[in-house]
Amino acid sequence: MDEPLVRAFPVTRRSALEAARSADSAERARGLRTVSEAYWRPVYGYLRLHWKKQHEDAADLTQEFFAQLVDKDLLGRFDPAKARLRTFLRVCIDGLVANQARAANRQKRRAHAFDFEAARVALGGREAAASPDAEFEKEWSRAVFAMALERLRDRCQREGKEQHFALLEAYDLGDRPSYAALAERFGIAVTDVTNRLAWSRRELRASVFEVLGELTSSDEELREEARALLEPE
Amino acid sequence: MKPLDDAALSRLREAVLEPDLSATRYRLISVAGKGGMGTVYVAEDSVLSRRVALKVLEPMRAPDPFLRREAQVLARLEHPGIVPVHDAGELPDGRRWYAMKLVQGERLDHALRRKLGLGERLRIFRQVCETVAFAHAQGVLHRDLKPQNVMLGPFGEVLLLDWGLALLGTDGDDGARVGTEGFRAPEARGDARADVYSLGAILGQMRPLPPALEAIARKATATLDARYPSAAALADDIDRFVEGDAVTAVPEGPFRKIARMLSRHRVAAGIVAAYVLGRGLLFFLTGR
Repeated sequence: MDEPLVRAFPVTRRSALEAARSADSAERARGLRTVSEAYWRPVYGYLRLHWKKQHEDAADLTQEFFAQLVDKDLLGRFDPAKARLRTFLRVCIDGLVANQARAANRQKRRAHAFDFEAARVALGGREAAASPDAEFEKEWSRAVFAMALERLRDRCQREGKEQHFALLEAYDLGDRPSYAALAERFGIAVTDVTNRLAWSRRELRASVFEVLGELTSSDEELREEARALLEPE
Repeated sequence: MKPLDDAALSRLREAVLEPDLSATRYRLISVAGKGGMGTVYVAEDSVLSRRVALKVLEPMRAPDPFLRREAQVLARLEHPGIVPVHDAGELPDGRRWYAMKLVQGERLDHALRRKLGLGERLRIFRQVCETVAFAHAQGVLHRDLKPQNVMLGPFGEVLLLDWGLALLGTDGDDGARVGTEGFRAPEARGDARADVYSLGAILGQMRPLPPALEAIARKATATLDARYPSAAALADDIDRFVEGDAVTAVPEGPFRKIARMLSRHRVAAGIVAAYVLGRGLLFFLTGR
């Protein structure tokens, strides 16, 4: 496969799923960190909306869920040929909740530093209207984009391209002001706005595919996840 | 970073998908539609000041071999029924694109919702068959023939679109089970007869049809051994029907043949019948 296509669709991925199942503890920790970063909000939202859990309970169960991913090697049982990872995780959550009564006396686990308060606030107002499954998908989309944006911001800081990222933030995360308005605000030429924005968008795309590549274990799965993320029905 | 709301999510999706054409002569105007392999945009060619259709191929929509092929296939096929490719290239992010003539018209599936006369339906179908026969002669199988991939232009043009799944003879059979349910031949590995099957399914979408055309549609979608061997053979049978000749899809006995001949030469048959009747009447009245 030639180099440009690799950029468009990275095939050499560091799969977080495989890393999470690795015997090497550092590699396993890296994999679990990526998986939990992408999925903790969808899991929390699903517990709130589908299982009608209160905030505290949903936060505890989310922690418990990611602890069990390690303890019970749940990811080891995942078969991408049979289901999407998101579907598999929802089944695991359902199992966790079903066993909740039996584990009522369990010790609360705080292995991950998730910002549940922010998630609670973000979910507020959507609770009544949202379908739990659709919300799970949407939260996953938000998480993947957020991870890709964070990586791009880090890279821009490292390479002295803060303005490139600021332009993307102002335009695509803002309310799409005109290029002329952005040029005036940043004190640069309109052509610089166009070029820097084009660079940021291109690198955001690469970053999104990098994150998706880590969350999947085959080209076919990556292709399906990319379509689910970028062209949802 | 503040949480991403639905509007931001939507804008980010657009930002990631929108092609960066800054290094090309094209400027994006709008999205024309999404195909099997990617998205088609309406773009302005800044050099020639004309609008073109610009297709950006998405790796997430198809495996790599398909992405490489479509522009090559189209460039090879110069035919009035196939949209010409003007230009091709690669975006800075690695996605491939090609520019082609912008066809503004109506898709066949939409046109069939209106009441098209039989003559018009057959004209369209005949042209599609001819285009497919041409492609086969060049060693190209379309593999996704369906009414949605036929565009009718405002001046009677009939264009066959979306060659993204096409197979070049030089590729060999890739064994891929491609195409669209309802138009895809049932056999696992396809040759030109798989396209013939799809053509038969398209003809079936053009109902109501007279019995001879129903028989042609059945023969085109029959099992491999009973099917037309080529798109040209199918087109020939359509021509026979139009000319009033016997079609190979309907075995013909002597009575049927006479009935068809009478139907075909109605005026001559009427004159002969009137003459015979007149002579008979004259004989009856005068005995001569």
